[in-house]
Amino acid sequence: MVQFADLPVPADGKFVANITHFARALRKAGLPVGTGRVMDAIRAVQVAGFTDKRDFFWTLHACFVSRPEHRLVFAQVFRLYWRDPQYLEHMMALMLPAIRGVQQERPAEAAEKRAAEALLDGAEAEVPEQAEEDGTGIEVDASLTYSGQEVLKSLDFEQMSTAEMAEAKRMIARIALPVKPLASRRTAPSARGRIADWRGTMRKAMRSGGEIRALSMQQRRIRWPNLVALCDISGSMSAYSRAVLHFLHAASNARGAGWAQVHSFTFGTRLTNITRHLKQRDVDAALAAAGAEAQDWEGGTRIGECLHAFNRDWSRRVLGQGAVVLLITDGLDRDAPERLSAEMQRLQLSAKKVIWLNPLLRWDGFAPKARGIREMLPNVDSFRAGHNIASLEALADALTRPDDMGEKARLMAMMGEA
Amino acid sequence: MTTDITSIDATQEMLEQQNYICGRALATVVFLALKLNRPLFLEGEAGVGKTEIAKAISAALGRRLIRLQCYEGLDASSAVYEWNFPAQMVAIRTAEAEGVEDRDELKTEVFSEEFLIRRPLLEAMSPHVEGPPVLLIDELDRTDEPFEAFLLEALSDFQVTIPELGTIRAPEPPIVIITSNRTREVHDALKRRCLYHWVDYPDFERELEILHARVPEASESLSREIVAFVQQLRTEDLFKKPGVAETIDWAKCLLALDAVQLSPQVIADTLGAILKYQDDIAKLQGSEAARVLAEAKASAGMAD
Repeated sequence: MVQFADLPVPADGKFVANITHFARALRKAGLPVGTGRVMDAIRAVQVAGFTDKRDFFWTLHACFVSRPEHRLVFAQVFRLYWRDPQYLEHMMALMLPAIRGVQQERPAEAAEKRAAEALLDGAEAEVPEQAEEDGTGIEVDASLTYSGQEVLKSLDFEQMSTAEMAEAKRMIARIALPVKPLASRRTAPSARGRIADWRGTMRKAMRSGGEIRALSMQQRRIRWPNLVALCDISGSMSAYSRAVLHFLHAASNARGAGWAQVHSFTFGTRLTNITRHLKQRDVDAALAAAGAEAQDWEGGTRIGECLHAFNRDWSRRVLGQGAVVLLITDGLDRDAPERLSAEMQRLQLSAKKVIWLNPLLRWDGFAPKARGIREMLPNVDSFRAGHNIASLEALADALTRPDDMGEKARLMAMMGEA
Repeated sequence: MTTDITSIDATQEMLEQQNYICGRALATVVFLALKLNRPLFLEGEAGVGKTEIAKAISAALGRRLIRLQCYEGLDASSAVYEWNFPAQMVAIRTAEAEGVEDRDELKTEVFSEEFLIRRPLLEAMSPHVEGPPVLLIDELDRTDEPFEAFLLEALSDFQVTIPELGTIRAPEPPIVIITSNRTREVHDALKRRCLYHWVDYPDFERELEILHARVPEASESLSREIVAFVQQLRTEDLFKKPGVAETIDWAKCLLALDAVQLSPQVIADTLGAILKYQDDIAKLQGSEAARVLAEAKASAGMAD
């Protein structure tokens, strides 16, 4: 994993200063390194000694790294720093813009690829009719293009604050997402319960000097499942994904009865876990942090690839205990369709319920013609629109009714006819 | 510190004697955790030996292993202590029958340590003759955040307060090992108090050593084949990669079947011991297993 070849560890007594500087370099590289950790590191190095470069590496590693994704950054900074501390300073100055700046500010290939084309995916013959019939179709064209290249773009959420959007956000924040609780194996005291609570009875009797006056009762405790949201943030979804993120923020921070945990992921060309960021109280700060974390805003879509990454890295971790998956995407994908189908199957097998919110469904003329949609549809439990506040509110129904299929049955029938 | 471990080498050797083969990296953090009295926070995939290390340390140092298995809804009464109400009741009834009048005396009697049910955290804070115990807090990510906050408090002072008895403080802090499967991020405040290590899958040589230590009855050539195959399998695109535990299980399965060497047929028959998902097993059907086996042999430099 790491090359230790040329790492002269300074033998002089200046190691305290060196470690402090090293910590600063790590901090610049984005690792959360506080003074406490620096002191720990100094103590640890004193205990472990300088005998071996490798030990030195792992000693500092134990003190400064606290997350798997930081390991690589640490290894690189370590290698650069202990080779030549000054060299690193130069590198840092050069590297930072390099990391942020490689991407060209490339506008989405506006109306080059028309929405209808993307939607129908190969069935070009029907394009003109569709556009004429549906007057609103042309307006949304621009937002439905996708580009295959990953546009490394950090999104500025400031631009969102128009009057309507602000109002919409307030409304979104109030949408409750009721959920059906699950019965747990454990019990809780309850006056109306039907199971005798012997321990509770004894405890009560203690208060009255050992006199049992009435039986304490208990009942099965209820618990709430987890919600896992996978939100498409590619170019063709940008108008909706922002609204949906507001919605997820509200769900993540809902107090009281609700989801046990809300895990949120964004995907475009890569999968990003933004759960931590959405936990922040302030919605703007939360979305700004999430925007900085996800580097693939308004780029292309590789649904199959991203679902694969989710299935591989996260599904076993977050989909236990009856979790419900909320998949928010338009289903316009360029990956191989067989792969998408396989990944969707895997997802449905791992989750208690998969609900697909597709903003394209708002059109009356919507038909499951795009390949991606045809592959995904059979593998979801419920298929619903997700383009306005009303449709998000209707989502509540989907969550409380176990047999809710949304529009899936109708569209499956259409697919059968075609 | 009461342990007489003086160096990283000694730590590695000590663990090896317990048949726990670990890399230099893990030995370093274990050594630091013992030396600096810091909790050790281990993350990694399932089946890489996170829980095992606590067992190895406790066995090597001759300390008691106290395990706190975390789950959702874990509360203080199952993690710290609980009063033994039925026993208290019996004591009161007996006292009444004997005609004990003094209420205060009775009260101090029924709220004494005798009637206290010690749960793992309190147990770990109590004095032990053989020295501070090893406290294994397993799968911390399964609990909820309030418990995490409580744990943070308990681990920073190594003391718990029982209203009726007062504060119980660990005479010497226990050796704390925390494991997480990373179903969610554990809060930074807790991580900051710990030494962190990500436990990775071992490399070929290390895994072979582990297999020799754990399944010594397997022949050298079979062991090499098994490890090479599993290592190759981990590079494949699988839903759940096999852990070290699976390697050991599989070796035992093969021994039970009297297999002397791996063949596609043998692999097909025993694949359930290493791969636990139907998708993954389906991927290795037919010629795939033979291909992986051939690649494994090639990369390990074994003749076919």
